[in-house]
Amino acid sequence: MNANIKSVVYDPLIDNNPITWQILGICSALAVTTSMNTALLMSVALTTVVALSNASISMVRNHVPGSIRIIVQMIIIASLVIIVDQFLKAYAYETAKKLSVFVGLIITNCIVMGRAEAYAMSHDPKMSFFDGLGNGLGYSLVLMTVAFFRELLGAGSLFGIQILPLTSDGGWYQSNGMMLLPPSAFFIIGFMIWAIRTWKPKQVEEPDFKIHEEQTPDLI
Amino acid sequence: MNLIKKYLGLPNDSRAKTLVVAITLCLVCSVLVSTAAVVLKPRQDANKALDRKRNILTIAGMMQPGASIEESFSKIESRVVDMETGQFVDDVDPEKYDQRKAAKDPAMSVALSKDQDIASIRRQARYATVYLVRKNGKLATIILPVHGYGLWSTMYGFVALEGDGKTVKGLGFYEHAETPGLGGEVDNPAWKAKWIGKEIYDPQGKVAIELLKGGVGPTTPDPQYKVDALAGATLTSRGVENLVHYWLGSNGFQPFLKNVLSEG
Repeated sequence: MNANIKSVVYDPLIDNNPITWQILGICSALAVTTSMNTALLMSVALTTVVALSNASISMVRNHVPGSIRIIVQMIIIASLVIIVDQFLKAYAYETAKKLSVFVGLIITNCIVMGRAEAYAMSHDPKMSFFDGLGNGLGYSLVLMTVAFFRELLGAGSLFGIQILPLTSDGGWYQSNGMMLLPPSAFFIIGFMIWAIRTWKPKQVEEPDFKIHEEQTPDLI
Repeated sequence: MNLIKKYLGLPNDSRAKTLVVAITLCLVCSVLVSTAAVVLKPRQDANKALDRKRNILTIAGMMQPGASIEESFSKIESRVVDMETGQFVDDVDPEKYDQRKAAKDPAMSVALSKDQDIASIRRQARYATVYLVRKNGKLATIILPVHGYGLWSTMYGFVALEGDGKTVKGLGFYEHAETPGLGGEVDNPAWKAKWIGKEIYDPQGKVAIELLKGGVGPTTPDPQYKVDALAGATLTSRGVENLVHYWLGSNGFQPFLKNVLSEG
C-alpha cells in the first residue's frame, strides 16, 4: 500500500474519526449498539455501502450536472443500501431482523453523504474507495467499542455469550438496564470523545467565544 | 457509440445532459436493485418460513438440539380454523394463508367493537392457522397464534396448550418492540418458564389466568391461574394478560378448543 492510501485509510480511525471528530452518524450509533452482533453487522453493512458508494460516485463525478448532484448521489447510495439489505435478509436473516429499519436508514446516514460530497466528488475512484473504507472502519471502531460496553454492562454478555452471570439467573451481576437504552450510548460516545481529545489535544476545538475579563463601568 | 460520445461531450449543466444522466442513472440503478431482489427472493422466503417454524417449535418446547427444524416441524400439523364457528377450514392452504395480511383486509376480517377489543388489535382475521401435534392419534399439543398491544408495540407470539386444552405448555413472542430490560423481558426464558403448567380456564370455563404484580408466592391463593408480572413493566404485563384473555376467550379460540376437544 502506498503512503497515500495508507493515510486515507488510517486517518479516519482516530485522528479524523467520523463519529468522534466529524460528529456524523450518531443516530445509528445510538440505535444499533445494544449488542455486539448487531453492531458488527451494521458496521459491515455501512463500510460496504460507504466504500462502494464513494467509488461509484467518484467514477461518474465528471459527468454529474451540478443541479442534480445530490439526487445522483442519493440514488446511487439508496440502490447500494437496498442491495446490501437484500443480501442481509437472504444470508443473515436473524440479525437483519434485529437491525430492521436501520439498514434502510444507512441511506440517510450522514457519513455516507458526507464522504460522497466531501471526498468522492473530487478524487479518483481508487482513492475514494479507500477513503470510504477508512471512514467505514472508523465508524465500526466506535460502534464496536460502544457495543462492547453496552452489552457487557447491560446484559452481562459479549456476542451473546454470557461473561458476567446475572442475578436473574442466579449469578452475582446486577445488570444495568440503562445501558440497553439509547441514552447510555450518548454517555459512552461522550467519554470516548473526552478520552481521545485528552490523548490528542490538537482535536480540542477553539472556544467559539471567550468570556470577557471584568469590565470597567466607564467602557459601557 | 457516437451518440454516447455526443452526450458525454456536452457541458455538464446543459439541459440535455442533465436529463440523459438522470435517466441513465435511474435505469442502471433500478436494474441492479431489481436483479438483487429477484435473485435473492427464494432464499429470503425460505428464511422467513424457517424462522416461523423455529418460533413455533421453540415456544412449544419442541426444539431439539441437533435435529433440523424441518424434521421437527414435520411432526406438526398445520390447519386453518374459522374463528367464528371454531371449525377447520379445508379449502385454505395453511402454507400460503397469511393471517396478518388477512387481518388488514376488510373482506377477510371483522372489525372489533371497543368492549370486545381488549387486546387492542382493532380487526381480527376470520381465519387463523393453528398447529396441532398428535401422539398415538391423541391430541398432545395445540399451538395458537396470538397478538396484542403492549406498551409500545403489537406483540406477536404463540401460546401452546397441552392436549387437555387448558394447561399451558409454553408461551412466547417472536416479534415485539417493548423496552429492552423491562417489557423486553417477555423474552426472558426464566419468565417464560413460569407459564408452563399454569391453567387458563377455571372450572366454569372462564379465562382465569392473570399476571400478578409482586409475584406468585407460596401463600398466593389459586397459584395455578397466576403468573408473575414483569418487574417494572406494568403495561407490557397487562398487554400480555389482555391478549391471552382475548385469544383464549369466546371471541378468540375458545369455540375452536371446544370443538377440537370434543373430537378428541
